[in-house]
Amino acid sequence: MDFGLSSEQRMLQESVRRRLANVCPLQQVRDTVGAEKPYSPRVAEALAELGVPGMIIPEAFGGMGLGLLDAALVAEALGFGVAPVHFAAAHVMAPLAIMLGGTYDQQLTWLPKLASGEARAAVAVTECIAARDGAGVVARNGRLEGTSLFVLDAADADVFLVADRSGLIHLVGADAPGLEMIPLATIDKTRSVGELHLSGVTADALPHGGSDRTRRVIDAGRIMLAADILGASTAMIEQAVIYAGQRVQFGRPIGSFQAVKHMCAEMAAALEPCRSLVWYAAHAFDQLPDEASLMACHAKSHLSEVGRFVARTSTEVHGGMGFTDLAGLHFWFKRIGADRQLLGGPERVRHEAARLQGWVAA
Amino acid sequence: MDLTYSAEHQAFRKEVIDFLEAHRDEAPKSRGAAQRPSPEAVAWQTKLIRHGYAARTIPRDYGGFGAEPDILESRIISEEFTRAGMQPGLQNQGISMLVPTLLELGTEGQKRQWVGPTIRGEVVWCQGYSEPGSGSDLASLQTRAIEDGDDFIINGQKIWTSTAREADMIFCLARTESDRPAHQGISYLIFAMDTPGIEVRPLVTMTGHAEFNETFFTDVRVPKTQIVGERGQGWFVANATLKHERGMLGDPGQLEARFLALTDLMRNETADGARIMDNPVLRDRLLRLQAELAAMKFNGLRILSASSNGSDAGLARLIVKLQSCELAHQISALAIDALGELGVLYDDSPHLRSHGNWQQAYMFQLGLIIGGGTAQIQKNIIAERGLGMPREPKLRIAEAGV
Repeated sequence: MDFGLSSEQRMLQESVRRRLANVCPLQQVRDTVGAEKPYSPRVAEALAELGVPGMIIPEAFGGMGLGLLDAALVAEALGFGVAPVHFAAAHVMAPLAIMLGGTYDQQLTWLPKLASGEARAAVAVTECIAARDGAGVVARNGRLEGTSLFVLDAADADVFLVADRSGLIHLVGADAPGLEMIPLATIDKTRSVGELHLSGVTADALPHGGSDRTRRVIDAGRIMLAADILGASTAMIEQAVIYAGQRVQFGRPIGSFQAVKHMCAEMAAALEPCRSLVWYAAHAFDQLPDEASLMACHAKSHLSEVGRFVARTSTEVHGGMGFTDLAGLHFWFKRIGADRQLLGGPERVRHEAARLQGWVAA
Repeated sequence: MDLTYSAEHQAFRKEVIDFLEAHRDEAPKSRGAAQRPSPEAVAWQTKLIRHGYAARTIPRDYGGFGAEPDILESRIISEEFTRAGMQPGLQNQGISMLVPTLLELGTEGQKRQWVGPTIRGEVVWCQGYSEPGSGSDLASLQTRAIEDGDDFIINGQKIWTSTAREADMIFCLARTESDRPAHQGISYLIFAMDTPGIEVRPLVTMTGHAEFNETFFTDVRVPKTQIVGERGQGWFVANATLKHERGMLGDPGQLEARFLALTDLMRNETADGARIMDNPVLRDRLLRLQAELAAMKFNGLRILSASSNGSDAGLARLIVKLQSCELAHQISALAIDALGELGVLYDDSPHLRSHGNWQQAYMFQLGLIIGGGTAQIQKNIIAERGLGMPREPKLRIAEAGV
């Protein structure tokens, strides 16, 4: 019995954190966003050197064969550094979808390429959660028709994993005739989100998939977003504590005023248990199938609520400066805001959690 | 991450389950932590100690079972007793606070005299710390113990003395050195509640019950030998005790039981013939609490693992009192809201649900948010000890001679 991280996991997280501190200081985030690039190739390269693109892919296919808790630790580090780089969809959801639903040939074709970074994948599953603006994709005779919104890690994808209305996921090459990807502008400029239009596009279904396995893919994505919020919120609290210790008004550091100090305490008190929830949800995903979906829902919805509270409170602790671009705090604020809405906002996710427990009338 | 128990611990769990199955009928039915335990309860407690399910790590010389501390074993005992719907032995302030303090700082004679009878439930204690003028700023307390030959003569008033009416003994803080700074002038005294000069008045709270008392001391004569630790060191002795109290207030098992009761309520109660659970607003609130409870439960496992590895869980531990009390309060609040108009019923009204327990708990838990270190004091601790934030500058009252 040991509820906590192994020494390997601590080392993994530490090495990703340290690497990001080097290649991805706030100035790198500013430069990437300022140049209107959807991600930073420099950061992507650094992650590739650490093996992140193949971390959950089995060693037989060129990956590291690690678990979802390991992936969550990386997600947390990326959120901490507001890293402008693909991750949740490209390096977790996409390989997972192929591992769960693909034939051996499909796995052999795609997994080594995804692991090495030779190919990049985006994921289009939002309509399995809720369809907006009439979106939805229908599969007919090996061809896909329709639109999908909020495609994750969309920029520069070589292959799209697109779920149809039945929940079955299909592989679609980025150069397939009839396919168009339009970037969507969101508050969070450190992530790439797009919209896919498909008109009679040839697609390759992952035949062992289906709605249950797509659900697993979404669960994994939700845990990654929750871990991202955990990291981003940790960074926001750290910055608030530092700022409150340095900023002097009325002749004393504002952090010595209880009104300010208590805001920081409330943030820490709300966030600290979230760490254990994210760890548990990620662990359950791999080891406790009965609880996996429910815990993914709890992690996603609870971190969304706590993240929103931390994002606004940390900004307030920074006073007027927090509201400006100078402090750069808004990058974390927006990252948390995006994590909250994507793959189902908290109310939607809690509804699913209720359904999983038989608490919603049929 | 390994959530499985070792073969030894699994065998130990089986042992506990077997014991409970064999002996559960002997357990006294009434609980009531605040009352004096019945003879049956004392007999049951003695049996639990003999088998190592209570006072497990207290040395045999002092009446305990004498096992090596093993936090997972303690956890297993607590889990299995809770699962069986039973208390893992008596819980009162003598057992949870005085006994650990005596074991840490008492004399050999004090340990031999008091630990055994206290853990068996034969001697009941109350705590004399807070005063009307000294709550969060406990060190400012004014109850005085003046030297008179071989005795101290105590005058003053204590408040929040739960179980004072039932107690045989009190552990009490009093100012013995009025010429020294606040923290260094206090001593930790233990004396009998039937000593002449002690008056106990029940303190009725918002729940309508007198869960607490006010205790008045008028020329109460106590031998100087009845001090725990050194003279003037009482503040530090008491802090050793407060540490144990804060540990007592955050049990995720209890929160889980409350949450399950709330879930049952929402599944079974109806309004206009529709299940409360089918009300999407109330259901959403339930799910929010469930996620928060899960986070607190796993936070508890993290603390447990840290302590069993001999490390400190830091922030994870510092936030427990604040977050658990608030969560418990929110669970009761939702139950009242789910009951709608029925939620207002109390005492022995017709249509009353759960003996009026939800309203009672909602009010009592507000008391817990305030007691044992208010939420605001907790936030100071989290910010200053957990986050390393600057302390509030001290007012220069000391220069004025107070």
